[in-house]
Amino acid sequence: MRKWFKSGDPWVWLNAAAVSVSLIVVLGLIMLIAVRGFGHFWATPVFQAEYQLPGTEAVLVIGEVHESEVVSVDRLKNTGVNVEGLDPRIERQLVKVGNRDLLGSDFRWVPVPFLKNIQYPENIVVIERREWGNFFGFLVALKRGQDTIAQGDATKEHLAVALERAQELHKQIRVIEKSEIGSINYSMERLRLQRRGYELEKELTPEIEQKLAQERSALESEYQGLQKRLNELYTEIKRDVLVAKISDGRELNIPLAQIVRFYEPNAMGLFSKLAHYIEKLVEFVFDEPRESNTEGGIFPAIFGTVMMVIIMAIIVTPFGVVAAVYLSEYAKQGFLTRVIRIAVNNLAGVPSIVYGVFGLGFFVYFLGGSLDQLFFPEALPSPTFGTPGILWSSLTLAILTVPVVIVATEEGLSRVPKAIREGSLALGATKAETLWRTVLPMTTPAMMTGLILAVARAAGEVAPLMLVGVVKLAPTLPMDGDFPFLHLDRKFMHLGFHIYDVGFQSPNVEAARPLVYATALLLVAVIIVLNLAAIYFRNRLREKYRS
Amino acid sequence: MSQANSTDTVQRPVVSTSMRRLKDRLTTHFMGVGGVSVIIAILLIFFYLLYVVIPLFLPASLERSGSYAQPGPSFGKTVHITIEEQNEIAVRWTEQGAGVFFDARTGEVLQNKTLPKPEEVKITSFAAGNLNSATIAYGFSNGQALVAKQRFRLNYTEGGREVIPQLEYPLGEEPVQVSEEGDELQKIAVEVGEESTTIVALGENNNLVIASFGSESDGLMGELSEEKEFVITRGLVSNLSSIQALLISQDQAILYAAHTNGEVSVFDIRDKQSPTFIERVPVVGKNAQVTAFRFLTGGISLLIGSSDGHIQQWFPVRREDSVHLTRIRELEPSSAAITDLVTEQRRKGFISIDAQGTLAVHHSTAKRTMASEKISDSVLSHAMLSPRADTVLIEELNGSYQLVKLENEHPDFSWSVLWEKIWYESYEEPGYVWQSSSASNDFEPKFSLMPLAFGTLKAAFYALLFAVPLALMGAIYTAYFMAPKMRAMVKPTIEVMEALPTVILGFLAGLWLAPVVESHLPGVFSLLIILPLGVLLFAYLWQQIPSNLRARIPDGWLPAILIPIVIALGWVSMSMSQPMEAAFFGGDMRLWLGNELGLEFDQRNSLVVGIAMGVAVIPTIFSIAEDAVFNVPKHLTFGSLALGATPWQTLIRVVILTASPGIFSAIMIGLGRAVGETMIVLMATGNTPVMDMSIFQGMRTLSANIAVEMPESEVGSTHYRILFLAALVLFLITFVFNTMAELVRQRLRKKYSSL
Repeated sequence: MRKWFKSGDPWVWLNAAAVSVSLIVVLGLIMLIAVRGFGHFWATPVFQAEYQLPGTEAVLVIGEVHESEVVSVDRLKNTGVNVEGLDPRIERQLVKVGNRDLLGSDFRWVPVPFLKNIQYPENIVVIERREWGNFFGFLVALKRGQDTIAQGDATKEHLAVALERAQELHKQIRVIEKSEIGSINYSMERLRLQRRGYELEKELTPEIEQKLAQERSALESEYQGLQKRLNELYTEIKRDVLVAKISDGRELNIPLAQIVRFYEPNAMGLFSKLAHYIEKLVEFVFDEPRESNTEGGIFPAIFGTVMMVIIMAIIVTPFGVVAAVYLSEYAKQGFLTRVIRIAVNNLAGVPSIVYGVFGLGFFVYFLGGSLDQLFFPEALPSPTFGTPGILWSSLTLAILTVPVVIVATEEGLSRVPKAIREGSLALGATKAETLWRTVLPMTTPAMMTGLILAVARAAGEVAPLMLVGVVKLAPTLPMDGDFPFLHLDRKFMHLGFHIYDVGFQSPNVEAARPLVYATALLLVAVIIVLNLAAIYFRNRLREKYRS
Repeated sequence: MSQANSTDTVQRPVVSTSMRRLKDRLTTHFMGVGGVSVIIAILLIFFYLLYVVIPLFLPASLERSGSYAQPGPSFGKTVHITIEEQNEIAVRWTEQGAGVFFDARTGEVLQNKTLPKPEEVKITSFAAGNLNSATIAYGFSNGQALVAKQRFRLNYTEGGREVIPQLEYPLGEEPVQVSEEGDELQKIAVEVGEESTTIVALGENNNLVIASFGSESDGLMGELSEEKEFVITRGLVSNLSSIQALLISQDQAILYAAHTNGEVSVFDIRDKQSPTFIERVPVVGKNAQVTAFRFLTGGISLLIGSSDGHIQQWFPVRREDSVHLTRIRELEPSSAAITDLVTEQRRKGFISIDAQGTLAVHHSTAKRTMASEKISDSVLSHAMLSPRADTVLIEELNGSYQLVKLENEHPDFSWSVLWEKIWYESYEEPGYVWQSSSASNDFEPKFSLMPLAFGTLKAAFYALLFAVPLALMGAIYTAYFMAPKMRAMVKPTIEVMEALPTVILGFLAGLWLAPVVESHLPGVFSLLIILPLGVLLFAYLWQQIPSNLRARIPDGWLPAILIPIVIALGWVSMSMSQPMEAAFFGGDMRLWLGNELGLEFDQRNSLVVGIAMGVAVIPTIFSIAEDAVFNVPKHLTFGSLALGATPWQTLIRVVILTASPGIFSAIMIGLGRAVGETMIVLMATGNTPVMDMSIFQGMRTLSANIAVEMPESEVGSTHYRILFLAALVLFLITFVFNTMAELVRQRLRKKYSSL
């Protein structure tokens, strides 16, 4: 034994264990996110059980099990429950009971020993609503005005038909409200600013004023028309009402306008569950959030992240490449270049929040403030560019990631064999021609690597964005159909910030948690794919110049 | 070059050589200008942060902008002067009860307002109340007093704005009876509140008269000041030694009286009918007298100036159930007797004037004298700061007036504010406090960076405590023992983790890890023991397996075998958690910690941050340390092995020793990353700025503090600049760490190549 210790073998084992722990942490993290994230869209069975605390009457509980844990029975005792005859450790489950409007909260902890007669009736229905979260219960009837169209088992089929119509109407309403009326509002605001601009320039002649007023009234009449159409649609959509019953027997009227979808999870087979899964997944990626971001999709966040990253990439690539080319091809290699190289390298290690502070002070308040004074005086005192926005976010992240591009490009440049340069120069090419025709094309994979790493870093960075342009809910996307189409001054939503905001600032964290896992999964997947791509490019480059 | 390409070149029109030269030169310039400007743009960060921070350190500047003779000298001597917000109009209140309104810039008299004083009585005393409410009070020889408020109404006209002075009488235009006996009011003090007004006066025979005027309950009728009725409550303190000045606290609960012998008496006057004496404290040195007796903004602190030039701040401090007036700090003394102290209305700053004509600008919390300038050879008798604290109006003893422009942006900043214990108002003792939010002007901002710096280091410490052993041991194994095939998989896997957005780690830490740790606390700690012991036990058992069986597992794949073992050990300690909690900690370790060890437990604590941030730092340290160990020249190891050393001995005595600079730089870079990390700390702790090393409590770090407070901070304010300073500090710390690490690494590389 002692000899074994002396040989040092045990230490080797401990070192090996450290590798195992690190691997378990990495893979465990990714698995945790993947399982929870993917699990979110699966239709979980909904149980129905009698829940009876000792000394009280049994109540019916309907819900889906979200989590379960084993706790010491003492904790239960402290809440004043009679725990005689129970094991010292019992299982309790976090059950999503939904029906927030009637039951007060979506979730409740239920000790399993008190659940009796657990069943999975096939006619339990889950209704996703636009407000108040999910409904769990049973269908009773479908009403149209005062008439009952369907009752009992027939409700389901009628509901499916009526819901399709309601969905279609809802889509039309949204188009009008969001894009058409939004567009009119935008034009009105532009007219107001134009007027104010003329006023400031003291060029507001009666002719111009009349012209503006004309345009304005044209917009207004268009608005009236839309409003009228909207009112019609609203009356239409209010036609049908669903009557449904929850676990304690109370009945609830749900207007079909409020229903996103309904399904009977216990009656679904594997294929219909798969279809449901895909439908939810599509909704998640392509739809807008509902209920203060805790339900629905995350499309605006995806869009915002992608937009921001694209703008950043457009800025960062040329600058990073030029700086790298200068440093390694043109600058005199000496002490100063070395210092600059180390400084640039180390900037990559400066905390991102520092860049955020810089961005807020320099870009937003200083540059943005000056731009507003010069070009947008008509909107003052409300700022146009003097407030956080997508342009400033992209610029801040560009500064944050430019060292990454410089370092990667420089590495690529240094790997180009000297013989190639000398060969080109010997054939009579100038330095610029050598650079453009031979060196730079050969470094493209390195630049790609740098760019991909920069994009991956930018996509996951949140702290600086919290200062320079991200918001929890942006009413409009940074790109839309209104001139000038690309609105660089707008605030935007971001995946990473979405995770922070929904997971930590949301009033209903429990309900939002699965969605946060799904968002995290998406973000992790994007970033891992980007990094793997970077590694692939880098390896290819190394292979290419190995000889 | 392919055939097609070369023919292509021949067919192309020949570009002239000079054109090509030009292009070449243009490219050179473009690259030069472009490259240099990008590098400058990057370095701009540092200079911009510095540019924003520097104004904090600038002293205040005084600039004399005008002087003129006393306006309206016929109205008598000055007792008090005030100046309004726009610095246009000033008022001189005289001992004859007149207010002379004059242009503050030229001294031209605009208007005179004489107070409605009964014909037959004499004015015997004067007091200025709270500066924010601009109250003044005159006491008369018949025991009556008159309280007035000045207001300046702004009137915007075509030509610009016009300031119109007005007088209001909160207790009515008729003087109110303070002393029932009709004693002459020799000294007076007033405090006008929303619900009641308190007047304290010194009557004859050194009796203090306290009168409170509460507004009547049927004030709902909306009666105007003409026929106001008050509920008057009176109290009396008899036979005091001679009193020189009186002050009533803003909440009308405490009365301070300065005696001519340099002592201050404190009375509790919450019950106006029966005021109680609390204590009498000497405040100035022997042979000195109190010459200035004022409240600091907020009405809590007393500012006391004395004839020997000392300026002190005092406030009541609770000690063992009773409150004592305590000397808090003394500011830089003046060489001559202080003639008056004038406080700012929106900050905790004030100015002092003295008998030798020196005007000085101070700040109480920062214990700083921002500027001090001799502006006259004569005694300065009266002074006033404008509400925005950018102008001082001064009257000299000989009656001439001076207008001084004051530029004093950040008086509330000093190194001692940031890094030393400060005794804040209403605190029992000096301390390090960060509390920047300000609801009102009376709030004393508390800008100690200490708790934040402490939190930053604490978070980094726990993160490194978790990450360094794991990362280094893992790196050593990976670089030295691991089979190349496995290494090719392990290294990228762990490095991918470096790219994992920290917001995700933070979210998992806050929402998943924190509750798990909380409910499995004994399990988490027992894992620290069970894991190494279990691994050793397994290794020992492994040794006992017949060697032909062992040989099936190729060399250098130990971690792969250990993965299930580690998972099993983890599961064992987690499932042992509850029984252990029941057996040793009375069923609930959190309660046990609180009761037995007196440790508070936050759900989002340093343990959680340590683990989460550790996970974020592991890949950084792992990757650099692994490179360092892996690149140790092979002939060194082979030599050692050939001399008969075991692999472990070779590792300890040769490899690690050679690679130690690289390992050091790995830890430095890891530290740099842990110090600046924002999202994990933001999400995995409660963000309370406490100074407590306990692993069960949270912290607030510099970076999280910036993320939380920056968006709400007012541009250009001291708070805003201090946040920039925090960012600059972070920048410098990480930059220095990284540079050190980089230099060490470069030297190491040189060393390897020479070996």
